[in-house]
Amino acid sequence: MISKNKVLGLIFASMHDDSVIDLTKKRTMGSIPFGGRYRLIDFPLSNMVNSEITQVGVITKSNYGSLLDHLGPGREWDLARKKGGLDLLPPYSRVDSGMYRGRLEALNGVRDYIQHTSSEYVVMSDCDIVTTIDYRDVLDFHIESGADITVVTGKAFYDSSKAHAMVVGTDDNNRITDIMINPQMSGECNLCLNMFVISNEFLKELVITSASKGKYSFSKDVLQAYTDEYKIMAYEHKGYFSKIDNIAGYYEANMALLDTENRNNLFNKVAPIYTKIRDNGPVRYGIEANIKNSLIADGCVIEGTVENCVICRGVKIGKDAVVKNSVLMQDTFVDEKCCIDTVITDKNVEIGEGKVLTGSSSYPLYIGKGAKI
Amino acid sequence: MYIKKECVAMLLAGGQGSRLYALTQDMAKPAVPYGGKYRIIDFPLSNCINSGIDTVGVLTQYQPLVLNDYIGNGQPWDLDRVHGGVHVLPPYQTSLGASWYEGTANAIYQNMSFIERYDPEYVIVLGGDHIYKMDYSKMVDFHKKNNADLTIAVQQVSLEEASRMGIMTCEEDFRVTEFAEKPKEPKSTLASMGIYVFSWKKMKKYLIENENADTGSKDFGKDIIPAMLDNGERLFAYTFEGYWKDVGTLDSLWEANMDLLSPSVPLDLYEQNWKIYSRNENMPPQYIGSTAEVENSMITEGSTINGKVDFSIIFAGATVEEGATVNYSIVMPGTVVKAGAVVEYAIVGEDCVIHENAKIGLSPESVENRDEWGIAVVGHNVDISEGAQVLPKQIISEDM
Repeated sequence: MISKNKVLGLIFASMHDDSVIDLTKKRTMGSIPFGGRYRLIDFPLSNMVNSEITQVGVITKSNYGSLLDHLGPGREWDLARKKGGLDLLPPYSRVDSGMYRGRLEALNGVRDYIQHTSSEYVVMSDCDIVTTIDYRDVLDFHIESGADITVVTGKAFYDSSKAHAMVVGTDDNNRITDIMINPQMSGECNLCLNMFVISNEFLKELVITSASKGKYSFSKDVLQAYTDEYKIMAYEHKGYFSKIDNIAGYYEANMALLDTENRNNLFNKVAPIYTKIRDNGPVRYGIEANIKNSLIADGCVIEGTVENCVICRGVKIGKDAVVKNSVLMQDTFVDEKCCIDTVITDKNVEIGEGKVLTGSSSYPLYIGKGAKI
Repeated sequence: MYIKKECVAMLLAGGQGSRLYALTQDMAKPAVPYGGKYRIIDFPLSNCINSGIDTVGVLTQYQPLVLNDYIGNGQPWDLDRVHGGVHVLPPYQTSLGASWYEGTANAIYQNMSFIERYDPEYVIVLGGDHIYKMDYSKMVDFHKKNNADLTIAVQQVSLEEASRMGIMTCEEDFRVTEFAEKPKEPKSTLASMGIYVFSWKKMKKYLIENENADTGSKDFGKDIIPAMLDNGERLFAYTFEGYWKDVGTLDSLWEANMDLLSPSVPLDLYEQNWKIYSRNENMPPQYIGSTAEVENSMITEGSTINGKVDFSIIFAGATVEEGATVNYSIVMPGTVVKAGAVVEYAIVGEDCVIHENAKIGLSPESVENRDEWGIAVVGHNVDISEGAQVLPKQIISEDM
């Protein structure tokens, strides 16, 4: 059990923004809608709260309006607190925090903040992994193994033509011996899940040293550069996870939720995933509705056919419309008699009567925020 | 320090709701679930905040635990305020002794000190047993315009219904001349909705007088309104034309839920500028499986549907397994309907398990003698065993 305030959580909301460039044009990675009613940041944030981490800083870069709107004072995550709670850390909000080039530089910008929390350990996470993980187990592992840095890894199929990733090799004791960034290979690998545990003291040392040398990349300038010097341990996360590193990956990660086992692994009653409440009504299904194998969030009105879809809050689908294998974000409007297959619509997209849109599963058709077709 | 509020709302939520039987054994009527993700009290509370009334006293008495928990600090309704906000007001002990709330007027009388803190001009009295969307500020404006002492919201009802309600007789300008509680021969069809706007000074005077007179009933309809009429005070009827439905009986609760599925009923839960707020449980979106058949229904987050659902309201976190059927029914939060079970024309309470092949209720067509037909009801936390049958009109409150 983590005693209160001993651990600081840090979430990097804007890391990997460029891997799903369509979706992050007007928002951060952390505020990408996912799984019907969530934003990607809900997963690391809820994981931290469920692991009794009650002080969390969210490091942003640009386009963070939607993120601020989503998080508010953090009440939905029970982080609107007098002691600890949620802190938003945009660039330029502190003396040394300008625009950053990498994780180390971002950390240097909020160095004072990290010190002031007087936490013993820091748990860091990005927003590109959708999973449920208990950080208390990772911290126990970190302490017991005497690691300088613990990297959370997961076994997954990796293909350099599709995915960007950091792949690690370990010895028999889970000590990381080799770190490769986007290597040319394919097969099952230990992927870095972009979650790290480090002591506050050691983090401070790393950040100051790197800043003095003009280094800014945590993965290149620390993990790769000091693989042998530092004791960098791999904690293998055995639970379900999906990694979002391009638009096809985003699509697949959504579709994976239609599998009951995956859903049960991700959503459990002990460690719920919290998100902003929208006060929608229940879903209203019309007389001719025909729904198969779909995940549908509240506030939708569905009168047509929906198969193998993830439908976000407030979507309306008209009569005789057929929507298959698609991800529809909030308040998408699909008029009567449309036929849609393998499409991702961003927020507030309107698709006029009788339109036919088809994408392919390796390259789903993406329709940008607010587009009217 | 208290800041003056023009209008304070007092919500009478202490009623037992005995005509809801099994559904109100462990909770007060206003806490009974409605419409997929709401509880009855969400409607008056949301109406208050949407009408700009941010100071609400909720008077509780019967089985308050669920209700207290639900209201909490009022945050879901935006009623967690520095000044005002929602306050739960249970009966209390004084140096003179302790007393329960004896009637609607007495309940407000006992909380006069709460009202006085805000030094209001008007007090609006609300009940916790109706489903409706109403802008109370329009009623307060009507009250002000008429320089009224008491304004009573009324609705046109049929002559038949009128003999079961409080009926107003009015002049052309809606000034009330006569009030009759459940008249045998109604003189009008304007029925009181139990929503009152009082000018506070007058209200206070009549509450104190009524308390001292000790009529035994201490009720707005029986005592306060007749006394004010006798004294020639200015009473007005405010006609409300929107949807308004009593949910005080099992039949009316079922009907009010079914109304949500009728395109001709003007109760829109999707209206963006008059949202009905509720305390949300954090649940994943609903999953409708490959074997599901879902038509003309309302289903809430956290549910898993693999069976057949038609003309029904399914609440949060409910499960309908493959091969199960739910028709013309209400299935409350957390309930599981197992394979082969059939739920028809029924209300099933919270956290029940309807085991394999059990049958709850029947359709009216399949009952020979229509007098024997009615809604079947299963209370909260009840297990209905495999193959068991609950007949129409039956009310089950213990495992079967």
